[in-house]
Amino acid sequence: MNTSSATLQASPTAGLAPALKVRDLDFFYGKFQGLKSINLDIATHKVTAFIGPSGCGKSTLLRTLNRMYSLYPGQRAEGVIEFEGANILDPKQDVNLLRAKIGMVFQKPTPFPMSIYDNIAFGVKLYENLSKSDMDDRVEWALTKSALWGEVKDKLRQSGLSLSGGQQQRLCIARSVAVKPSVILLDEPTSALDPISTAKVETLVHELKSDYTVAIVTHNMQQAARVSDFTAYMYLGEMIEFGKTDEIFIKPKQKQTEDYITGRFG
Amino acid sequence: MNANLYRRRQRINKIGISLSMVAMALGLTALLWILTVLVGKGLAGLDFNIFTQSTPAPGSEGGGLANAIVGSLMMLGFTTLVCTPIGIFAGVYLAEYGSNGWFGETTRFVTDIMLSAPSIVIGLFIYAIVVAPAGHFSGWAGSIALSLIAIPVIVRTTENMLKLVPGSLREAAFALGAPRWRVATFVTLRAAQSGVITGLLLAVARISGETAPLLFTALNNQFFTTDMSRPMANLPVVIFQFAMSPYDNWIRLAWTGALLITFAVLILNIIARVLFRDKVQS
Repeated sequence: MNTSSATLQASPTAGLAPALKVRDLDFFYGKFQGLKSINLDIATHKVTAFIGPSGCGKSTLLRTLNRMYSLYPGQRAEGVIEFEGANILDPKQDVNLLRAKIGMVFQKPTPFPMSIYDNIAFGVKLYENLSKSDMDDRVEWALTKSALWGEVKDKLRQSGLSLSGGQQQRLCIARSVAVKPSVILLDEPTSALDPISTAKVETLVHELKSDYTVAIVTHNMQQAARVSDFTAYMYLGEMIEFGKTDEIFIKPKQKQTEDYITGRFG
Repeated sequence: MNANLYRRRQRINKIGISLSMVAMALGLTALLWILTVLVGKGLAGLDFNIFTQSTPAPGSEGGGLANAIVGSLMMLGFTTLVCTPIGIFAGVYLAEYGSNGWFGETTRFVTDIMLSAPSIVIGLFIYAIVVAPAGHFSGWAGSIALSLIAIPVIVRTTENMLKLVPGSLREAAFALGAPRWRVATFVTLRAAQSGVITGLLLAVARISGETAPLLFTALNNQFFTTDMSRPMANLPVVIFQFAMSPYDNWIRLAWTGALLITFAVLILNIIARVLFRDKVQS
């Protein structure tokens, strides 16, 4: 498979400040290699999308960026991911602190079994000691930011589980936003949602990038085209092509990328 | 479609359903039979004196079960107080921390052996290490024996209930930067709350009828006492001794005691089921 041209070509993010720099990243599930020599920069205050068929490694890549994989023995990453001047793959890296700075939202909405208010406050309380009124403000701010405030402001004490699927997902986004991370990772955030909720989340992603760096994994190519500035196409653990979203979707350099995007493959 | 094959499957289905109905009928008959006999014989002796008077001396009339009821409640109460934290902490450890290490595996293995250990062995063990050195039977010894039976039940149900909590919920909490203890206590344990309480109630129900471990530890006491350092009356042992006695009023008391225990266990089981059903629905 020819990947050299993808790595040799001038970086599409040249000139932009990278929030995360991934260099020669290999990832292993036990003996199986899930990622092969990944190189890319995730630009600050931009949306970077990862697309590719199931099992291509896009979620795996996302889960290395906040060391989520370290929860599972047998999974390991080699290489360098530079964030705030340090390699986050370093065993000495405090993963809890890292995850407070690099938030993540998952495929299925996962509200905690507590009230809407406490769902937001849970993360904030971990690293900040806020007064009651400051916490109220923070909860309102996060819910407003995730376009949920209007719908829940009168029922903050109700269980987070009482919300609809789309609302739950926005609650999860609010929960991530509330701890004020610098990067937000979204792992197929709309694949369990209806089209209207999906549209709301997409609008949200668009608005988030003015304050946060966003990396999104999606199965939905139209979604990648709509929300992202940069797109990476992955296949079998390799980064086949990485470029500006417009270029990837209009005139991809790799035949493989074109086949996937046009639906001839995948 | 192959009509013959379809008919054959329907026949097999009918046979299967009939067999399971028979099995269910057998089980239900046994249960109803026990309950009818118990209610028939036990209800006759159930009056106010049961709760106010202590067990009668041989040959004397009347009497109640007050000392045995209070003794059982005190020992069960103390056992629950001791077992709940130990059992839940150990269950959390197994589910959230030690799922792979040798220490977790060993704990799980030992717990499983304890779960199936005959209760009379546990009674003898506590007799040997607590009762014999102290020189007398005691309510404390009874509680310790019951704890050894209850703890493994609580550990395993807590662990199983925590394992039912989807991994995605755990990951979501970790993704906010939460340390492991915080994820375990504030998120997963809370999500598994009603299942864990259910396990607790079932453990209490399980030990409330245990007789063998109490025979060697708390034994019995004809008199009312709340002093757990002395031999202590309790329903199972009273039932055991009175049911084999030649006195009519003793035998009647034994039936009433059996009825009380059965209903207590039934109520605990119903509460547990209701709690668990609520959880499944939410």
